[in-house]
Amino acid sequence: MLKIEDLHAEIDGKPILKGLTLSVNAGEVHAIMGPNGAGKSTLGYVLGGRPGYEVTEGSVTFDGQDLLELEPHERAAAGVFLGFQYPVEIPGVSNVQFLRESLNAQRAGRGEKPLSGAEFLKLARSQADALGLDQEMLKRPVNVGFSGGEKKRNEMVQMGIIDPKFAILDETDSGLDIDALRIVGDGINRIMRQPTKAVLLITHYQRLLDYVKPDFVHVLADGRITRSGGAELAHQLEREGYAEIAA
Amino acid sequence: MMATKNAEALAAVSKKYEWGFATDVEQDFAPKGLSEDTVRYISAKKGEPEWMLDWRLKAFRKWLTMESPDWAKLSIPPIDYQDAYYYAEPKQKKTIASLDELDPEIRRTYEKLGIPIAEQEVLAGVEGARKVAVDAVFDSVSVATTFREELKAAGVIFLSISEAIREYPDLVKKWLGKVVPQHDNYFATLNSAVFSDGTFVYVPEGVRCPMELSTYFRINAENTGQFERTLIVADKGSYVSYLEGCTAPMRDENQLHAAVVELVALDDAEIKYSTVQNWYPGDENGVGGIYNFVTKRALCQGKNSKVSWTQVETGSAVTWKYPSCVLAGENSVGEFYSVAVTNNRQQADTGTKMIHLGKGSRSTIVSKGISAGRSDNTYRGLVRVAPTAEGVRNFTQCDSLLLGDQCGAHTVPYIEVRNPSAQIEHEATTSKISEDQLFYAMSRGLDQEAAVALIVNGFAREVLQQLPMEFAVEAQKLLGISLEGSVG
Repeated sequence: MLKIEDLHAEIDGKPILKGLTLSVNAGEVHAIMGPNGAGKSTLGYVLGGRPGYEVTEGSVTFDGQDLLELEPHERAAAGVFLGFQYPVEIPGVSNVQFLRESLNAQRAGRGEKPLSGAEFLKLARSQADALGLDQEMLKRPVNVGFSGGEKKRNEMVQMGIIDPKFAILDETDSGLDIDALRIVGDGINRIMRQPTKAVLLITHYQRLLDYVKPDFVHVLADGRITRSGGAELAHQLEREGYAEIAA
Repeated sequence: MMATKNAEALAAVSKKYEWGFATDVEQDFAPKGLSEDTVRYISAKKGEPEWMLDWRLKAFRKWLTMESPDWAKLSIPPIDYQDAYYYAEPKQKKTIASLDELDPEIRRTYEKLGIPIAEQEVLAGVEGARKVAVDAVFDSVSVATTFREELKAAGVIFLSISEAIREYPDLVKKWLGKVVPQHDNYFATLNSAVFSDGTFVYVPEGVRCPMELSTYFRINAENTGQFERTLIVADKGSYVSYLEGCTAPMRDENQLHAAVVELVALDDAEIKYSTVQNWYPGDENGVGGIYNFVTKRALCQGKNSKVSWTQVETGSAVTWKYPSCVLAGENSVGEFYSVAVTNNRQQADTGTKMIHLGKGSRSTIVSKGISAGRSDNTYRGLVRVAPTAEGVRNFTQCDSLLLGDQCGAHTVPYIEVRNPSAQIEHEATTSKISEDQLFYAMSRGLDQEAAVALIVNGFAREVLQQLPMEFAVEAQKLLGISLEGSVG
């Protein structure tokens, strides 16, 4: 599904990713772990197409298509979802309006019919319920006045509504208490654990991996993947620390 | 990468003015230039009584002694008042019984604007649907007035001001120039001399106007100054909502517009006045475009009277406009909700004046300025509390949003409080559309234009939600269109 080859990327001329290679197949969950500053979030932003993150070498293909050629909204329409570490506030725009416009823009990009207001509302409510997010929150401005945990849950509600093929989840576990962690973990499994879908979990700690079992764990250090393994690698990292293993 | 993209996008012009077309209808012009003869010509054309001509002439003579104001943060080339026509009307000028009789060319113009009268009719005809009466002002003369009968049944007078001068001279005489005196300012005085047409509304005591009253203005003839005059009187305990919306065809030469709007609210009366303004703003280099010098003022004369101004300003090359409230009545209320968008080379100096004279009078000001391109956007507002006005409250919020780094946003609040019991609050913010917001919205599937439109509409929400439904949708689209291509 996703093929990253020898990816180099920089911000303001400063190299961050230095030859990253990774393949993700349908039906797989991959976890990217690594110390602060290793380039984890940069990887997420490069895959999402954030302006300012310049790819200097290498390639990324998604379902055979050159992902790097696409604008961020075209990547979304192609089925890529980026869950933000710090979800952004958009004052004055309700969650419902934001998501309905977004979803319908994606559908238009794929040549599908837009969802009606009623159809959308039904979908949004069921996703909010599944993630234990008060339905009232759907009417509130996007992320404005939300607690850290609510913002993360809201990201998962968005993912559920958009129903992407491939999700990159950047530190989705940060700021969550134990209960919320379980709910979010269940959400990821429910929405994304399917044979036709795949997930890239970017995380600093292994605790989310107790809920979402990865098929592969990769260690990202200094801009490239230095080690790969199965779920047990995450436990080893937790025990022994990055310094030992990443080197 | 971001910087180059920004530069490219800024260089790319905002979407071409969609509604820049001229309608081919024969015009009847006054001779070019401005003199007493011009004033007499207009008055004669209108079949006005002697007192009206005298009123105009008095204003004209006063105007000759005045000078164009220069205190606003606007850069305006000198205007040659002799190089313009002051009166133009479509040839077909008699009142028509139904819209079917309307000149098909004029009707097509409205349809291109996306505000077809036919649709409005259907809208109004549907049982239970809110009704909108359209007094369509095409250039200087009202060519179609609808719903007059139903309004008449309610006792509401809704006429062109020319008709009102003939049919209700006493009412007009009583209030014309009482809120905005003839000598008020340069442009208001000019308007008093040469106003061509406009609207008159009178809502009798205790009547709630059964529909929203709507006038679509349209400047059509080349080099024709547009001098609208609007007078709305809400008698005791009455209510009226008035909508005003404008677009203009593309022209190379600047067109002068100097309207005067006077509102009077007596005891317990309420007037809601909403404007969506989208006149031709000039091209990306600032060539052409409308000069919009408007004097809008409300007199809240009665106790518990209320006037609410809501405006969405996206057009005009130059906007000079301060819809104001004189809060004379005890416990009277004034509100001003404004969104002003400037792009390319547009300049806007707009705001309000809340003059608190009555005890317990209250005012709310919410101003949202959005600047893009190389434009300048100024909020200028006055809150004045007279010594005798006890217990006055005012809340002012001025927010500016910048798109790009070559535009300007300015806030100039004047606060003059002469009574110590007053509570005055002023909040102001300036922000840029953040790259975080744009990327977040785009990563959810919105293209850049849609993302900008969404964020800007969110920013302006408090104001947009004050608009009647019919206008809110139109206004939201307008904000998006006005800003297309302005963010990289």
